[in-house]
Amino acid sequence: MKVLLSLHLPARIENLGRFKESVAECARAQGFDQKRIYGIELAVEEILVNIFNYAYPETPGDVEINCKLETGRLVIEIIDSGIPFDMTSLTNPDLTADVEERKIGGLGIFLVKRMVDEVRYLRERDRNILHLIFKKGK
Amino acid sequence: MNKHIEGGLMEIHTRKDKSGTIVSVKGRMDAVTAPEFEKTLSDLISKGEITFLLNFGDLEYISSAGLRSILATAKKLKQTQGKIVLAGLKGPVEEVFKISGFNSIFKIFDSEENALKEI
Repeated sequence: MKVLLSLHLPARIENLGRFKESVAECARAQGFDQKRIYGIELAVEEILVNIFNYAYPETPGDVEINCKLETGRLVIEIIDSGIPFDMTSLTNPDLTADVEERKIGGLGIFLVKRMVDEVRYLRERDRNILHLIFKKGK
Repeated sequence: MNKHIEGGLMEIHTRKDKSGTIVSVKGRMDAVTAPEFEKTLSDLISKGEITFLLNFGDLEYISSAGLRSILATAKKLKQTQGKIVLAGLKGPVEEVFKISGFNSIFKIFDSEENALKEI
């Protein structure tokens, strides 16, 4: 797999912009249109914010993002060394509740699932390795 | 009142109409900028505003953090018998509203003019 870009930064909200800009740039260079780039940025933001908020409850840690090219697919690899979290095992939130009963938990991950073509999760050497996969030319 | 924040990522313009307060949001409402949006609305509610029209015609991007802020604002307004409607959603923002089911919990109009007739 060809690595197009790699970015390794502390898992902090201040770095959200840099991560998103890099991923967007990478997707743009691969010919994704603006609409899909927003979708890719959205998926990446939701995953990152989750990591920023929950992955490192005790001591601060890092996040690494690699943009890779697989045959006809853009693979955004997101790696953290925080507590195990497998988004693929989550159930979907209730999307029908009204304003008062509506809960926001789980909505971010649900949006990720709707934006990607495929998602892969791996827990390896105490790291969460997530692959968000986007098909080219859709 | 005009606000320009976060290096141009999001702009909030508010103006008072006879039927309510119109809040136009331009740019991106993400995990970095959404708290500022929520604070702006929260401050207006504290000052006694109860009817809001959110004009998202120039909003390019929204994430769940943005949805969370809108929901928190709506919950606050329920307590004060207030009202919030939205207008002008397009592209990725409209799609996120559809996917999340937020299009069924809020009154959404195609344009600010049509929303103003209703509030």
